[in-house]
Amino acid sequence: MLAQQIINGLSLGGVYALFALGFTLIFGVLSIINLAHGAIFMIGAYAALHAVLVFHFALLPAIFVAIVITGVAGWILDKFIFAPLRARRAPHLAPMIATIGVAICLTSLAEGYFGSENLRFPPDILPSSTLSLAGVQVNWLDLKIILLVLLLMGFMLWVIRDSRTGRALRSVAESPKAAALLGANVEGLFLATSVIASILGGVAGVLIALYTNAVFPNMGQPMLHKGIAVVIIGGMGDVRGALIGGFFLGFAEVLTIAYIGSSMRDAVAFGLLFSVLLVRPAGLFGHAPQRRV
Amino acid sequence: MLSRAVLFTIFFVCLSCTSAVAQIKIGIAEALSGNAAQYGVAIRKGFDLAAGEIASSGGINGQKLEFVIEDEQGKKEEAINVFKKLIFQDKVLMLFGPTLSNSAQSSDPVAQAAKVVVFGTSNTADGITSIGNYVFRNSVTEADILPVTLKVAAQKTGFKKVAVLYGNDDIFTRSSYDNFKKALQDLQILVTTTETFAKGDVDFKPQLTKIKGTNPDAIVVSALVAEGAPIMVQARQLGIALPFVGGNGMNSPRVFELARDHSNNLWVGSPWSLESPVPENQRFVAAYQKSYGALPDQFAAQAYDAMYIAAQAMRKLKVAGKLEADRKALRDALPAVQWNGATGPFSFRQARGRDGKPAGYDAVQTPIVMVTQRNQYVIQK
Repeated sequence: MLAQQIINGLSLGGVYALFALGFTLIFGVLSIINLAHGAIFMIGAYAALHAVLVFHFALLPAIFVAIVITGVAGWILDKFIFAPLRARRAPHLAPMIATIGVAICLTSLAEGYFGSENLRFPPDILPSSTLSLAGVQVNWLDLKIILLVLLLMGFMLWVIRDSRTGRALRSVAESPKAAALLGANVEGLFLATSVIASILGGVAGVLIALYTNAVFPNMGQPMLHKGIAVVIIGGMGDVRGALIGGFFLGFAEVLTIAYIGSSMRDAVAFGLLFSVLLVRPAGLFGHAPQRRV
Repeated sequence: MLSRAVLFTIFFVCLSCTSAVAQIKIGIAEALSGNAAQYGVAIRKGFDLAAGEIASSGGINGQKLEFVIEDEQGKKEEAINVFKKLIFQDKVLMLFGPTLSNSAQSSDPVAQAAKVVVFGTSNTADGITSIGNYVFRNSVTEADILPVTLKVAAQKTGFKKVAVLYGNDDIFTRSSYDNFKKALQDLQILVTTTETFAKGDVDFKPQLTKIKGTNPDAIVVSALVAEGAPIMVQARQLGIALPFVGGNGMNSPRVFELARDHSNNLWVGSPWSLESPVPENQRFVAAYQKSYGALPDQFAAQAYDAMYIAAQAMRKLKVAGKLEADRKALRDALPAVQWNGATGPFSFRQARGRDGKPAGYDAVQTPIVMVTQRNQYVIQK
């Protein structure tokens, strides 16, 4: 049973990390706790689902639809919410409150348009074959999620560390003013970050909807709570932190269920989170007070 | 000119609403948005269908029914607000709702204090009717249904030991778990392990893996269909082919949509079944399909019957137009109502309050036990 639980922990951790990736990116660059990330995640799932059910798209083109829709959502989010607030030098909490409003609006829209019932992708859209190795069942989708998380994470790390854009991003994260003085297109980078983070959220939405067989208007809400926890363990704004934090929370939950009891799951998982923060107040990869991407 | 015309219209409309056909105002507070909306929306359709039929057969002694519909969003706080609005502002004769037992615990005391009948069609948790003598429900409680479900399922499949999985942060699934626990003890069925999950969870594999390790003969699940269906899918993915026994929350044709290829061998008990052959039910199913183009579920069926049960009581009283007296007269007329509707023969039974004194009214009905086979409920017994 332990081997199966390790696989369970890996796939659950992968799901959390996938969600946390976009969330942490926006915090790292824009210094905004984007509470609309859960809603964007939900929009991604619905966009792909709609493409599959109504326009009979295959899965990959449907994911592309989700990318376009959530990309546009990210563009709108920055253009009409974050940018005006930046321009007016709104205090830190203002954009966060604004994103709560965005989340409620998007959730209500989805509820009005798609209905509040749980929907799911048709079962034949993915080969539902499971690998069975010595009594351990591994779903192909589990493997794909874990792999995709690692790939995306590697790519993001490479972009941030080695590319020109990444250097610009890091300088903006350090100090927008100084970066602007050095000639970085700060507004453009903010916009790009919002778009990329939203796309990451949207793709996560599609994959997690496939993984759990459930698309519903409030699907982002419980994810958002876990996502915030993951990002805090990992260190706010750190991409590696999102990965480690995701697997940390995933394993903490799975092992608590396996060895302590499922009713203690959240108590133990969040107790561990608290103890990590006691030792490292800024999270595993956080360096207070300076910020990193 | 225009404004004068408008004034005249308003004048005449007001005239007609005070004098002509008296209307019976009924408040409906259900979750029409939010997590519980899938139940609330079905319930509303059931009310609408019954009210339409009552209207086309002459109304209540010639009087028309008028609905004041409010969305309580499946939230306690909202249910209380909406109840207050319907009782004090809209001055309704009686209330239907709320959708969830969780909300009813908080909002029904408001109706009780104001001495207004509150009639739940979907509140199955224990203790709702202990709130007071203005609280009615036609939803059969799980305390009546679950022992019958377990007994029939155990007889037919021969299970001797079961694992239990339930949602522990929701009053409905928790109370359903308590009833399962008691029934399992009474039937002397062994429990190998008891696992929990929380509302909004999407991954149940850790719990299911642990359950698999304890080698049960069946899995008892107390969950709403939103969590219950993924639980079944994930269990089958983990290679667990055991029968499932579910509570009321799992009794919905949505199981077949959400769990599609993995929905077989789920045992549920219900006061109502789509396949139930009684003519009242066949008529209801046909009318519902004609109006809404979809199959009804248990929530629509119970709301449909509840409307007729309330209408029976209203027929017996002369609505005097004095709100307080009318509300009390309705309360006094309701307990004696017997009805034969989509859910079969029905009558009320007085419940006891926490102090042991007589309180509100529960339903008396015989449950139907069903098992899922090839995306259909098949009636057992």
